[in-house]
Amino acid sequence: MKTLTHLERLEAESIHIIREVVAEAERPVMLYSVGKDSAVMLHLARKAFYPSPPPFPLLHVDTTWKFQAMYELRDKMAEMSGMDLLVYHNPEAQEKGINPFDHGSLHTDMWKTEGLKQALDKYGFDAAFGGARRDEEKSRAKERIFSFRTQSHGWDPKNQRPELWNIYNAKKAKGESIRVFPISNWTELDVWQYIHLNDIPIVPLYFAEERPTVERDGMLVMVDDDRFPLKEGEKPVMRSVRFRTLGCYPLTGAVESTAKTLPEVIQETLLTTTSERQGRAIDKDSGGAGMEVKKQQGYF
Amino acid sequence: MADTETTEPKYVVDSLISEDIDEYLKQHEHKTMLRFITCGSVDDGKSTLIGRLLYDSKMIFEDQLDALSADSKKVGTQGQEIDFALLVDGLAAEREQGITIDVAYRFFNTEKRKFIVADCPGHEQYTRNMVTGASTADLAVILIDARKGVLVQTRRHSYICHLLGVKNIVLAVNKMDLVDYQQDVFDKIVADYTEFANSIGIESFTAMPISGFKGDNITKHSENTPWYEGPTLVDHLETVEVLSSVDAEKPFRMPVQWVNRPNLDFRGFSGLIATGEVRPGDKVRVLPSGKTSTVSKIVTFDGELEEAGAGQSVTICFDDEIDCSRGSVISVADNPPQTADQFEATLVWMADEAMVPGRAYWLKLGTQMVSATVAEPKYEINVNTMDELAAKTLELNAIGVAEITTDKQVVFEPYVENRALGGFILIDKMTNATVAAGMLNFSLRRSQNVHWQALDIGRKQHAALKNQQPAVLWFTGLSGSGKSTIANLVEKKLHRMNRHTFLLDGDNVRHGLNKDLGFTEADRIENIRRVGEVSKLMADAGLIVITAFISPFQADREMVRSMLPEGEFFEVFIDTPLKVAEARDVKGLYKKARAGELKNFTGIDSPYEAPRSPEIRIDTTKLSPEEAANLIVDTLLGDA
Repeated sequence: MKTLTHLERLEAESIHIIREVVAEAERPVMLYSVGKDSAVMLHLARKAFYPSPPPFPLLHVDTTWKFQAMYELRDKMAEMSGMDLLVYHNPEAQEKGINPFDHGSLHTDMWKTEGLKQALDKYGFDAAFGGARRDEEKSRAKERIFSFRTQSHGWDPKNQRPELWNIYNAKKAKGESIRVFPISNWTELDVWQYIHLNDIPIVPLYFAEERPTVERDGMLVMVDDDRFPLKEGEKPVMRSVRFRTLGCYPLTGAVESTAKTLPEVIQETLLTTTSERQGRAIDKDSGGAGMEVKKQQGYF
Repeated sequence: MADTETTEPKYVVDSLISEDIDEYLKQHEHKTMLRFITCGSVDDGKSTLIGRLLYDSKMIFEDQLDALSADSKKVGTQGQEIDFALLVDGLAAEREQGITIDVAYRFFNTEKRKFIVADCPGHEQYTRNMVTGASTADLAVILIDARKGVLVQTRRHSYICHLLGVKNIVLAVNKMDLVDYQQDVFDKIVADYTEFANSIGIESFTAMPISGFKGDNITKHSENTPWYEGPTLVDHLETVEVLSSVDAEKPFRMPVQWVNRPNLDFRGFSGLIATGEVRPGDKVRVLPSGKTSTVSKIVTFDGELEEAGAGQSVTICFDDEIDCSRGSVISVADNPPQTADQFEATLVWMADEAMVPGRAYWLKLGTQMVSATVAEPKYEINVNTMDELAAKTLELNAIGVAEITTDKQVVFEPYVENRALGGFILIDKMTNATVAAGMLNFSLRRSQNVHWQALDIGRKQHAALKNQQPAVLWFTGLSGSGKSTIANLVEKKLHRMNRHTFLLDGDNVRHGLNKDLGFTEADRIENIRRVGEVSKLMADAGLIVITAFISPFQADREMVRSMLPEGEFFEVFIDTPLKVAEARDVKGLYKKARAGELKNFTGIDSPYEAPRSPEIRIDTTKLSPEEAANLIVDTLLGDA
């Protein structure tokens, strides 16, 4: 037999991880954010259990401010995979009308960080798959594949369980939970190439198209619906843009691009000189340790 | 001196990306993957080397580089130059201390391969981290500071990599720029290392003179070392054989993770193939049952496979329905792995709390999870000198050899033959922490020779004759909590109701069966184990057994619980606050313990772990002994 390629090895490793969780956790769930990493993770889950559908639901912790195209793909993928889709909205954020225009970082804290904790508590999930990768950010390079959270969803980077060989310890006390990152060892290029080779559906926003945008604080923001408060004299301009990461549309910067196919997108990604997460505001708080602090507070 | 820093790296073919992305993708698609570990301490320039590999392979973006040069000026150790080490030192706590504490994984590509680097700290107090990194490595890069030569830590790192079965070892003699690239310095180090390597059984290694800081012999042969004719570091990493290819040549084994049963017409067994290859039509054997069958098909999402091999995740279907579930191992029929329940193993202790001989831990090997006890170590290994030392236990980062007994048969192979069926972890039953990594060396002969004798009159018949349901009422609580008093009353009541009972009392057992045991932690565990076994025999004989022992440790009580059929073990927690028990002090023991005359006294200088969910809890500050005994009898007989 020929030597396995790196993608074949990564795929096999991820499938092994997903199956271990299902075999040992009582109530697993897959956090589905509709981005490209989620797309790969969901595809791997479908492969892991074929011909059965993945034996757990998808959970979307929604902020109500995602791109419309994301909601469309989300519903389509849930149907295609034969999995239940749970959508959670933090009732407090909803009641207070928390939004990215008026509330800054509170928007992420309440809808995403708090919303996630609430959703996990509400359904009693004891294991949640997430699509984070170790190459994304420095503090992630040391996170385990099985990452333990206390009853209050805290993460202690100094007290992580060693992970040897491919043996994972999923034992936990009542109330504690595990976040599991099956694509930890994938890089951004691996993810793109896997999507390409497996023809995995992704949100069209990753491809360049003429879209209505305005420039805010040096960032190109797409006007995705009529909730966007235009400033006086501000007018959306049609630009050929695409997105490298997807989140809440008012917080996600577009890049000018003409890449309309996957190979073109990959080409652009490889030739670009800024890292993927740069388009997001979240890493910039409190210097180099931004993400680490967020995680200790329970951010995924 | 030639400046090798500016040479064009061979990693990413930039022109191919911009000119023919499809061709580039095709190339990337067919890359293989190598996982390696770098060993060395901060001073050896380990982080600098990894930073250099990332930098040269363009895995660093402009924004990261900007942040890096700002960081370099703030906390860097290289003056105004870019400090590559800062690229790889992650968590806030360790950045402040200027050392890498944990295992971090880094990624980079060359034309031929994708690489995953496990970056581990080198100090002795981080032995466990290095063991973790080595467990998945195809190759190890042992870094040596050319100015210092082979040090104690070099020996430690090499020993650990060898112990974990890393076959490819690269001796990277670093900082050659600081010794003027002298060949005799390099040769002397290689000679010293060869002598050591031979002494611990390392068969071969590849030595190379490098400078991570300057870039010599990393991607390109350095003009500074014209006397060196071997491969550059990256050349070597690109061509060395990966583990999964070696594993594919071994006999077929696949631990079963999950039984796939979407409907009555499909029953498949999912797992990651550990070694060997499998094809439809192959005769296979399922262990531990030993039943044989034939592979009917190999199912994947992308279609059925004609063959599958080591490193692939698949689902296998059989011709007929045989017993197979999570924890089973599917193997080639004529060359199956062994099963046993007693082993000699090499352990690396990974927890702050030292190993407790005799205590039950969870043992996870592949997909098998069993309860296991570890005997007092035969010896501990001094990782610096490789000497064997006498040891009573293993503390954090200690490596030792000990016998392990499991409560069920384990399907295994010696670690040196098969990592997947020989490597295991131990899990603390109380804290759920991973406390040790282990490597099975061999099974002990006696476990293969002692067979269970099947008897015609079983526990069912014994119980039927006595017209009662056997049970063990396991009293636990502090000294002076009232265990013996209440246990006595319970037995009297049951006796009056024509129940066949037997009371095992702590003090009495220590006069006979357990008179060879003292009060150390290990002896106390053995005391409870024996009482558990006796209780089990008596329950098998149909009796209602009542025991009254302090039994302070949850893990030990759980050990006894696991010996008995479900529903027959009643944990009876005699809950008396320490204050109250000490005030009673019937035997005057608390007074002695307080005075320091009694060591390891529960509640004073030894902990009591209260049951988390006992079947019965007696609050002696609210109930009289008589009321307590009634409650226990009612609960036992199902009248409560």
